Amino acid sequence: MVTISSNLLYTAFILYLIATVFFAGSIKDKNRTKKGPNRWAAIGLWISIIGFAAQLGYFITRWIAAGHAPVSNLFEFTTFFGMSLVGAFIVIYLIYKTPILGVFTLPVAVLMIAYASMFPREVSPLIPALQSDWLHIHVTTAAVGQAILAVSFAAGLIYLVKSVDQTKQSKQRFWLEAIMFGLVCTLGFIIISSSFSAAGYKAEFNWIDKNGQEAVLEYHMPALTGPNEGQLTTEGKFEPLAEMPAIINAKKLNTVIWSLASGIILYLALRLILRKRIGAALQPLAKNINLDLVDEIGYRSVLIGFPVFTLGALIFAMIWAQIAWTRFWGWDPKEVWALITFLFYAAYLHLRLSKGWHGEKSAWLAVIGFIIIMFNLVAVNLVIAGLHSYAG
Amino acid sequence: MKEVKCDCGHVNPIGTILCESCGKVLEEKEKDKKLLDMRYEGSARRSQTYNKTIIDKIWNFFSSVKVGVWLIVITLIASAIGTILPQEMYIPPIMPAEEYYEDQYGWIGKLYYDLGFHNLYSSWWYLILIASIGISLVICSLDRVVPLYRALKKQRVSRHESYLKRQRVFGASQAEDTDQAFAMAKEKLKSKKYSIREEDGNILAEKGRFSRWGPYVNHVGLIIFLIGGMLRFVPGMYVDKILWIREGETKVIPETNGEYYLKNDGFILEMYDKEKDKEVFEEAIDKAGMVAKNYQSNVTLYKKKGDTVAGEEAELEKVKDYEIKVNKPLRFERFALYQVDYKLNELNKMSFALTNKKTGEEYGDLTVDLNDPQDVYDLGNGYKAEVVSYFPDFEFDENGEPITKSRVPNNPAFVFKMFTPDKPDGEISFVAIRQTIEPFGDNEYKMAFKGIDTKNVSALTVRKDLTLWIFALGGVIFMVGVAQGSYWNHRRIWLRRVNGEVWVAGHTNKNWHGLKREIEAALDGTGIKVPEDQLQNQSEKKG
Repeated sequence: MVTISSNLLYTAFILYLIATVFFAGSIKDKNRTKKGPNRWAAIGLWISIIGFAAQLGYFITRWIAAGHAPVSNLFEFTTFFGMSLVGAFIVIYLIYKTPILGVFTLPVAVLMIAYASMFPREVSPLIPALQSDWLHIHVTTAAVGQAILAVSFAAGLIYLVKSVDQTKQSKQRFWLEAIMFGLVCTLGFIIISSSFSAAGYKAEFNWIDKNGQEAVLEYHMPALTGPNEGQLTTEGKFEPLAEMPAIINAKKLNTVIWSLASGIILYLALRLILRKRIGAALQPLAKNINLDLVDEIGYRSVLIGFPVFTLGALIFAMIWAQIAWTRFWGWDPKEVWALITFLFYAAYLHLRLSKGWHGEKSAWLAVIGFIIIMFNLVAVNLVIAGLHSYAG
Repeated sequence: MKEVKCDCGHVNPIGTILCESCGKVLEEKEKDKKLLDMRYEGSARRSQTYNKTIIDKIWNFFSSVKVGVWLIVITLIASAIGTILPQEMYIPPIMPAEEYYEDQYGWIGKLYYDLGFHNLYSSWWYLILIASIGISLVICSLDRVVPLYRALKKQRVSRHESYLKRQRVFGASQAEDTDQAFAMAKEKLKSKKYSIREEDGNILAEKGRFSRWGPYVNHVGLIIFLIGGMLRFVPGMYVDKILWIREGETKVIPETNGEYYLKNDGFILEMYDKEKDKEVFEEAIDKAGMVAKNYQSNVTLYKKKGDTVAGEEAELEKVKDYEIKVNKPLRFERFALYQVDYKLNELNKMSFALTNKKTGEEYGDLTVDLNDPQDVYDLGNGYKAEVVSYFPDFEFDENGEPITKSRVPNNPAFVFKMFTPDKPDGEISFVAIRQTIEPFGDNEYKMAFKGIDTKNVSALTVRKDLTLWIFALGGVIFMVGVAQGSYWNHRRIWLRRVNGEVWVAGHTNKNWHGLKREIEAALDGTGIKVPEDQLQNQSEKKG
């Protein structure tokens, strides 16, 4: 069952990639005779739907195998997020029929699923706090809400790619490229960690933690930054270039450095091939799209996603917290970041409705909103420890 | 109060920008604009009209969305700062907070503590921020909802030409047969669930007006939610107590006025087992080592029967047996008991034998209940042991005197006085785990350690929260309001005959794409030209 499940996920992953190509092709297609999406886009849509169905199959089979909804650790949650993003894309696409949305949304979903697979993938049993029906009610609703909000990020990105002037130096041009670089770094992280894991790299260290205790740490990438008073115990592996004090998590820092480095190399390679900024290279894809329509897609996604997010990430969360943790609100970092997300999109809506922040300003806000969501997903689980740290 | 009379005869409150009835522009500076600012229907808002007294100024400050957004953004940033380091309630109680932050995080931790960020969410300034958001919610809503309600209620079907012309979606055209075209459009709009009003042959098709109230409904929900938060501070509304209860023990449940008692019938800790649990978990269990499966306290809830005089043993009536697990609290009346913590194998009983040190002969066993030791243990035949002092959690203080750290028997120690027929005055012996001290020289007898008996202890949170229903009500109203405002749109389509032409204008509070598609469908086949999006045309000309 678990094998079938993983194969279905793999299938979905490949199909999303293929669908992206078709959506991109539909924009490049010069034989546009009639108005509306062409054949390429129609094929792209069907492939996305089949991919989504495959991933739904992964979800259901894994649920059956584990006996609980597969949203209980970082791998499962992030994968589900990716699936919801594709689902949200399909729904929004059916309303607005804009192939370019696929070109931007599907790769984000693909990155997300690939990123998810860097975490432990085994089916894990539920600790007592998670043994509740609210696990799938709360987590899935929250993830779907975030995914719909993420569509507004894709729309914002399209808006910016089209509207930001690539010929003049400007803050906008710089930050748009910075976002592209961020996405490339995620790809870098995925490539570098899957390469080392395919090569089976393992190096053990004895080290002294911040409480002065001896401990063992296993690296899966060559250690550039070694742990405090670390002694490499696996023979023939790379000796650290620098030793970190105990307060800094040397292993995570090491991963960050590797990801950044591979991101930079990848980015430079792309620049060499494209001979222009990534933003500029993507610009032709957006040339036929109407800015107002993209703006509206972004706004609409926030309007649809915000209530779902509030329901899942705050209201259902509070109900469950009252049952499991005796209080509905406890200022746990994950809770606080859900509140921050809520406040941020509330500000987005107010700025838009009353201050007339449409178009480019709105697009930038959508991008920042997505960064906040990603921060809550990645950093709050991995860096800031709290009650929600089920990352393992 | 001075009022503004429009040409159409409608009397508008002072400060009105667009006539409530016909929509004519009343405000001079609005007249040059190509498109109307349709926010709040151009109604007279208090904040835009008065600015004299101090109350006006406060009102105007809080009614500004700009101020509201700033309050939201500041709260957002403050909340984020509070997650950089753990809050005081989450740090382990190994040392005072003051030392902990510096010890764990260096100078950053010290700074964090000194700035009061370790208790950020209950700091006065954070509470002021939340309260300001609350005030802003009330004032912003009142400032807008009343005039908006008036304007939408008073609106006429035949809007002024200047109003129609300056709608974002507008078009003027000739139709061959206006009457027939109007009748056709009317039917189509009706089938799209528009409610139609007619006046002098003109049409106003409107739907989803209630979505305009969504924001105000959700603000009411938020205000109720915040009121719930305030009620937390009222004594008696909120109980947060912890009850440590040993297996076999019956204890009164705190804050129930001695009404309810709880007996702990046993604590159960289960771990996942590779052999017994699902095979798919094997890899995960191997990796993690131990994974907890269940924390459970089997309890019996009792209610006191009748009145008892102080000191008298209460007569208890069993209410029910229950298995308290995580995610499965025991509820009774307005209380809930939650499984939150446990302690395994706490020392419960210790057994000794009064023994002659030389011969090793024993004169009887005694068992001390460490939570309720007797004063004297009579072993018969003139042998007895008196407990002179008892230190449940013993250590020596700086003067070398034995003291107890707590009342929990973590490290029990006794001072026994042993009476035997040959030592009628008794011998003093200090007995602790693995040590015996004889303070007055050599004794002939000793309390020989025989064994211990341990028990598990459950920690249960006792919770009563009379504010919960208010939060629930606020939450439900908020969700209703937010759905109402997000998933429905307020759309209006005007069809007006002007000098033989047909003027069509449309307005929606959001989702213009949808409105335009509906107008297109409604006018299809009528011969009336589909109106244009003037904003889009503007931006395209610019671009």
